[in-house]
Amino acid sequence: MSRSLASLGFAAGLLVSTGAWAVELSISCSALGKEYEICKQGVDAWAQRTGNTVKIVSTPNSATERLALFQQLLAAGAGDIDVFQIDVVSTGTLAQHLLDLSSKAQGSIGDHLPAMAETSRVGGKLVAVPWFADAGLLYYRQDLLDKYKRPVPQTWADLTETARLIQEGERKEGRGDFWGYVWQGRAYEGLATNALEWVASYNGGTIVDDKGEVTIENPKAAEALKLAAGWVGTITPEGVLNYTEEESRGVFQAGNAVFMRNWPYAWALAQGADSTIKGKVGIAPLPKGGPDGHHAGTLGGQLLAVSKYSKNADAATDLVMYLTGEDEQKRRAVQGSFNPTIVSLYSDSDIAKANPFIGDLVDVFTNAVARPATVTGQNYNKVSTEFFNAVHQVLSKRAEAAQALNRLDRDLKRIKRNGWE
Amino acid sequence: MSGAIAGTGVPAPSLVRARRSSLTRSRIRAAWLFIAPTLVILTLIAGWPLARTIWFSFTDASLNSLDDYDFIGFENYLANYDGEWLGLLTEPDWWHSVWNTVWFTAISVSIETVLGIVVALILNAAFPGRGLMRAVILIPWAIPTVVSARMWNWMLHDQFGVINDMLLRLGLIAAPITWTANPDTALWTVVMVDVWKTTPFMALLILAALQMLPGDIYEAARVDGVHPVRVFFRVTLPLIKPALLVAVIFRALDSLRVFDLIYVLTANSRDTASMSVYARQQLVDFQEVGLGSAASTLIFLIIALLIVITLALGRVRLGEDPR
Repeated sequence: MSRSLASLGFAAGLLVSTGAWAVELSISCSALGKEYEICKQGVDAWAQRTGNTVKIVSTPNSATERLALFQQLLAAGAGDIDVFQIDVVSTGTLAQHLLDLSSKAQGSIGDHLPAMAETSRVGGKLVAVPWFADAGLLYYRQDLLDKYKRPVPQTWADLTETARLIQEGERKEGRGDFWGYVWQGRAYEGLATNALEWVASYNGGTIVDDKGEVTIENPKAAEALKLAAGWVGTITPEGVLNYTEEESRGVFQAGNAVFMRNWPYAWALAQGADSTIKGKVGIAPLPKGGPDGHHAGTLGGQLLAVSKYSKNADAATDLVMYLTGEDEQKRRAVQGSFNPTIVSLYSDSDIAKANPFIGDLVDVFTNAVARPATVTGQNYNKVSTEFFNAVHQVLSKRAEAAQALNRLDRDLKRIKRNGWE
Repeated sequence: MSGAIAGTGVPAPSLVRARRSSLTRSRIRAAWLFIAPTLVILTLIAGWPLARTIWFSFTDASLNSLDDYDFIGFENYLANYDGEWLGLLTEPDWWHSVWNTVWFTAISVSIETVLGIVVALILNAAFPGRGLMRAVILIPWAIPTVVSARMWNWMLHDQFGVINDMLLRLGLIAAPITWTANPDTALWTVVMVDVWKTTPFMALLILAALQMLPGDIYEAARVDGVHPVRVFFRVTLPLIKPALLVAVIFRALDSLRVFDLIYVLTANSRDTASMSVYARQQLVDFQEVGLGSAASTLIFLIIALLIVITLALGRVRLGEDPR
């Protein structure tokens, strides 16, 4: 009580001294794990500094549900939420309701990871600012690789071979439920990110290219999907076809798999005090498609954007600039291990001390593959749904890779019909 | 979004106009007066959304800008673009979801009916602890679907699930079954969970009917020495048939709209998508309010049609008091 009084006094003092109008803003930040607490600290710091008040609005945890809620709010032109935390693939969908931040953020956008900056731009306008980054990573069991004297796999063929070898070895020792590789195969956005990694690592493109041409029907993409379909039932449990991030982490963290594909959040949990594999885990970029392929992790992450219907757009923009600024991103990296989007922070010694693995991630983020969300705009959800459904058909052996891609190509062109918009 | 069934027939005055006395007229006026609030409420909560959904199905509205749309006639249903037929009626995914829903309804309602009768017959017999059993059996029905679906999801998990563990220990299966992931078992799994959840509802409705049956018929049957199985098929079943049909129609209505169970167990997967899952995906995920409304309108028409057929086949009228 006394603390809030003190801050009130402080705020009032500022108000008098600057003569500014104090406003009340609303921000939506997601509340997964530590996220709410860390967000609140950052927001409160800004509120103290400027004398404004900020309300945090709780939103659903699932990114898909959150997007649906934002769409309904924004479509109604409601100004209830001033600052939105949006997913990197939502900018295209929401762009028409977001404020162009070019004038304020143009100067600093160059400091951010280029791939993240790219997802903030729609049709030449800067409608959001990157807040934190995510990318698909390969998690491996160092103890098991040592035991079988295998290196961290560099290509998918290496991974398949190593996984098979270790799985056979462990099963011979009586661990019947041991598996080689777990990932996300449920028919949802997560499968689209997994499959994009396979296809991109084989140089098979990104479904739709920068110019909006549908490129998915190619022999390299077919090769990638064939490889993944070969895993199911051999080194990967068939149940992966209904796994999301948490189910695959469940298998890996119970010590029942040697490799896992997941986002960086799984690191802190795998190394947690109650984890059975604490101290035995390593992370690496996802393998290459072949000798001439490349490491490709799908880019994820969150951006902050200002609603066009905000009544206090200037203050809201200021809040976004503060939260995405260097100091705040550093604090979030140290306290919450959120991966910064500002490139220079990856060589920051305080961050390196708090989270040793963050430094290794800069290459992963720099080479990360963006989903074709900006170029397909409002249609991204349809594109990704067609894509993951086609992939799911191949994985569950209901269709041949080439045949599924042929159908996907036709369906995507049908969605495109008169251009993406 | 869900096709609301508004058409509860208002009993219209059936008297011949010429013979209306002033008393009859005032009674008709009073009847309309009493019905009016119901009519107003039905129009507001069922009629208006339904009309709006049907209207939207003829437009190209998008969730992003609900006020800015054009009337496009039947294009959401069927349209010809450069010699290629497009629209909902040509969409294989839509027809697949229709088939899924009808299949799901037929199988699950049949199983629930049979099991419901069995359970009701047991609960109708006198045994110690009957009151407690009647309450306990309602538990699956009382748990919110989303909660029970999540619960089943973990129980059916291929690696950690208790179901696979039990079957493995009993030696019934050699390897864990991937219940919700394998397209061959996914829809059956949904049916199984639905049966678990809604059999109590069926049992309760049938039990109510059983308790209204006159005891003297059974007395007579017993005196005549009729076999109990014969008594069931010749006496019990015909007597509870009206109530049974109403229960079946209620369940069928409900399961034709199935959404939460399938969405939680298998998400948007095409192998198990029901009509409602399809409509929601169009409306919310793809922002196609026009196309989604067209799907919702078709759901409404399909359900209405199926109910009319069921009623005609069962030769019962909802207006008749089943009890």
